[in-house]
Amino acid sequence: MFRIEGRFMQEMVAHSREKAPNECCGILAGPPGQVAALYRTVNASASPIRYSIDPKEILRIAQEIEGKDWEMTAFYHSHTHSEAYPSATDIRLAFWPDSLYLIVSLADLQQPCVRGFYLRGGQVTEEELETF
Amino acid sequence: MAVEVRVPSLLRGLVGGVKSIQTSGPTIGLALDDIEARFPGFKERVIDPNGAIKQFVSIFINGEDVRYIQSLDTPLLDGDQVSILPAVAGG
Ligand SMILES: [Zn+2]
Repeated sequence: MFRIEGRFMQEMVAHSREKAPNECCGILAGPPGQVAALYRTVNASASPIRYSIDPKEILRIAQEIEGKDWEMTAFYHSHTHSEAYPSATDIRLAFWPDSLYLIVSLADLQQPCVRGFYLRGGQVTEEELETF
Repeated sequence: MAVEVRVPSLLRGLVGGVKSIQTSGPTIGLALDDIEARFPGFKERVIDPNGAIKQFVSIFINGEDVRYIQSLDTPLLDGDQVSILPAVAGG
């Protein structure tokens, strides 16, 4: 169970809508297992089917949160036309075993869907999200 | 000479779970060799078989990407902070 405040869920969906049809991406950070801040990042791939965060932006956020003893507990990105489930590319490029990968799906524009997964060694494990 | 290397979660299992390790230069390439000698298997996770930094890994020294300096020949100085960061990417 991964607990996340509703305002962060809304922010991820809003970011996804703003960037559609391109994918958006961002970093969620906080004490271990928690989310205390959301950082929108630029999708350096600027694509409807790919996302990548500029390594320099990852480093900047990593350094900013280090002093607070926070971690990058989750990453998010959007799927503008497919379900909120990791694509083959997501699985192949998952290098953060301790961070949850959140996917926002806009496939149903009326009802955006957010799901979370741990991606480890090619394995997909869904983690239930609890919004509060 | 002391240099601190921040280890990403992906590689912590190889170094006994710690978040950072101390090493020395004189270059980032030789620092990785030093880490490899103590924690076998570390280097191949960062460097490809041709000796280049892997495509989905970035190495920063004090916030500068070594790809844009002298890559693995980039010199290290006492007190430098090295960060190894895997990509955050997908589709
Ligand atoms: Zn994806």
